[in-house]
Amino acid sequence: MELSGGEILVECLKAEGVDTVFGYPGGAVLHIYDALFQQEQVQHVLVRHEQGAVHMADGFARATGKPGVVLVTSGPGATNAVTGIATAHMDSIPLVVFTGQVHSALIGNDAFQEVDNVGITRPCVKHNFMVKDVRDMAETIKKAFYVATTGRPGPVVVDIPKDVTDPKVKVPFSYPEKVAMRSYQPTEKGHSGQIRKAVDMIVNAERPMIYTGGGVILGRAGDELTHFTRKLGYPIVNTLMGLGAYPSSDKQFLGMLGMHGTYEANMGMHHCDVLIAIGARFDDRVTGDLSKFCPYAKIVHVDIDPSSISKNVVVDVPIVGAVKSVLTEMIDLVNQAGGAKKPKELESWWDRIEQWRGMKSLEYKWSDDIIKPQYVVQKLWEVTGGDAFVTSDVGQHQMWAAQYYGFNKPHRWINSGGLGTMGFGLPAALGAKWAFPDEEVACVTGEGSIQMCSQEMSTALQYQLPVKIVSLNNGYLGMVRQWQEFFYSGRYAMSYMDSLPDFVKLAESYGHVGMRIDKPSDVEGALREAFAMKDRLVFMDFQTDPEENVYPMVPAGAGLNEMILL
Amino acid sequence: MRHIISILMENEAGALSRVAGLFSARGYNIESLCVAPTHDDSLSRLTLVTSGDEFVIEQIVKQLNKLIDVVKVQDMADTAHIERELMLIKLQAHDNMREEVYRLAEIFRGQIIDVTESSYTVQLVGPGSKLDAFIDALGSVPVVEIVRSGALGVARGPRGMLVPEV
Ligand SMILES: Cc1ncc(C[n+]2csc(CCOP(=O)(O)OP(=O)(O)O)c2C)c(N)n1
Ligand SMILES: [Mg+2]
Repeated sequence: MELSGGEILVECLKAEGVDTVFGYPGGAVLHIYDALFQQEQVQHVLVRHEQGAVHMADGFARATGKPGVVLVTSGPGATNAVTGIATAHMDSIPLVVFTGQVHSALIGNDAFQEVDNVGITRPCVKHNFMVKDVRDMAETIKKAFYVATTGRPGPVVVDIPKDVTDPKVKVPFSYPEKVAMRSYQPTEKGHSGQIRKAVDMIVNAERPMIYTGGGVILGRAGDELTHFTRKLGYPIVNTLMGLGAYPSSDKQFLGMLGMHGTYEANMGMHHCDVLIAIGARFDDRVTGDLSKFCPYAKIVHVDIDPSSISKNVVVDVPIVGAVKSVLTEMIDLVNQAGGAKKPKELESWWDRIEQWRGMKSLEYKWSDDIIKPQYVVQKLWEVTGGDAFVTSDVGQHQMWAAQYYGFNKPHRWINSGGLGTMGFGLPAALGAKWAFPDEEVACVTGEGSIQMCSQEMSTALQYQLPVKIVSLNNGYLGMVRQWQEFFYSGRYAMSYMDSLPDFVKLAESYGHVGMRIDKPSDVEGALREAFAMKDRLVFMDFQTDPEENVYPMVPAGAGLNEMILL
Repeated sequence: MRHIISILMENEAGALSRVAGLFSARGYNIESLCVAPTHDDSLSRLTLVTSGDEFVIEQIVKQLNKLIDVVKVQDMADTAHIERELMLIKLQAHDNMREEVYRLAEIFRGQIIDVTESSYTVQLVGPGSKLDAFIDALGSVPVVEIVRSGALGVARGPRGMLVPEV
């Protein structure tokens, strides 16, 4: 079969089982768009800004576990995509991003819409390629999907000069069945000696703590984690990225840890004697001051990425491997050992934990007059049966969503944890809704963040993606304001959001439904009404308490045991 | 501590920038970096000299291994090895200085590879420390320029750096 570069690209997508490309056209990718136009199997979602395309593909990937695919043009198309690519990179999300490039003969000439895509994206991708010859197209794409989805996943950029997709140049095509790369061979199976050593330490723990992150979700190991944790009867905490891997309604779950984690989670971390870290990377928002981190603990760390191990915190038993495979082996060994060996000590450990839990660190002051943002999230949970896909933007609302929407399943909580990208929430929600049209998808956002990608409401109309936008409108860049209140004596420099649009009219102008809610007594009714409109996007503009703060909090430079409580 | 790290990479465009970019992005220091083809034209070999405590070096090795195009990384400090560096050093050599420079070059087993009425250029090979010692020994001889290749390292014994099978 003889095909052009554009046709080859499309055939490769089909061979990879890709059903959707999120993108935006331009000169350098016109040949590819022409090839897409002439077939029906691979659909294309036209966004309104390339950042939106990448976040949409990212939301799709996080919701499904499948790689998200993006197509953008050269120059500004590619630079607009960079924030999205960096967002996916920080959270290890598998994406394949095709960027157009100017004609090969023009590269390096400062040609119209030329930028060095490979150079610009190099520090924020797992890997990138430039296809220099149409004969290399199929193999490069095969490698791109392989690299993006295996090992520790991540975004891969494939840069394609315009002449490489020239419809007049046809070459024989066959999609490679396998890839083998001598330079890239991720470790799946953990070292059995290390696993044995770890399990011995784990079953003999007196004050154990299981600490898990996004790696468990990416590695689809939620069931194994739940089984392992229940079998041992140990307390478990999740990072912001790891929520949903273990059912949050379970007694053994102590909540999220870290800067805005619960008191019991952070105190449990601080006082444990064996820390079992799984698919987590000891991020600075999690550890607090490193010199005060888990001072009494021996640490086991399971991670697929060797460079995550002993990067921030030196660990005692490192295990490199896929969390699913390692947990499966660990469960066997725990069973052989007859489970936990120190039931008495464990009982008194749980007594201490229950005392910490008794502090009720997530309680907030109720008001009859003004809507508390936490209450909105709690009602959102009730109205959606705790089972919606919830995306968020970045700020206080993100923390409240993480704290008060108890996730019971993996893949349902979708947020930009690593890069903290405002503007992520709405396009990510659209990507999730595209993948799961019959499921409820809510985007918890703020009046600041939503304005960074609100143009995607237009995409939502075009493709009938009736997500529900839950905007916690406090009139402030709340997270910035909170830091200014705490650490800058209340000097609110540039954190007040002035001249806001009328969000109800904004939503209506895009053909959607808008609601403005300003009384606590109306919150639940509004949510019920909105979710009853199955096929409409509803923008709920909740007027929330402007100066509400996120508690509890570990201030910068403090240890996890030095929390500020309300 | 100073470490010589040898890297085998796929001989692809941009390989060098991936390594250099990694070092600058993560704030690791590079004392020298040397890149050239090998007998296998699908590979290129980079040798870099860096310094840091054991944790930094461990991270450097891991981060290098994480680069998709990196085939193999070896910290030379982990094995018995030989270090060599080439230096071309141009010195002012007038009248009575000529004798002095000639004598020093002899002692260090250097070769004089270019001569003018007022200068000698000396070629010297050895571990970096030997080249440093030569520069120290020059005392008051004025240096015009120094060109150093950066250190190379090779493990002692019959075996080469292993390329993993696919
Ligand atoms: C693109 C981007 N720019 C700036 C920031 C810094 N930042 C973090 S939270 C925040 C405020 C967000 O305000 P809003 O969306 O209203 O959420 P709130 O904190 O009020 O809930 C800002 C500006 C960021 N995370 N992302
Ligand atoms: Mg706000």
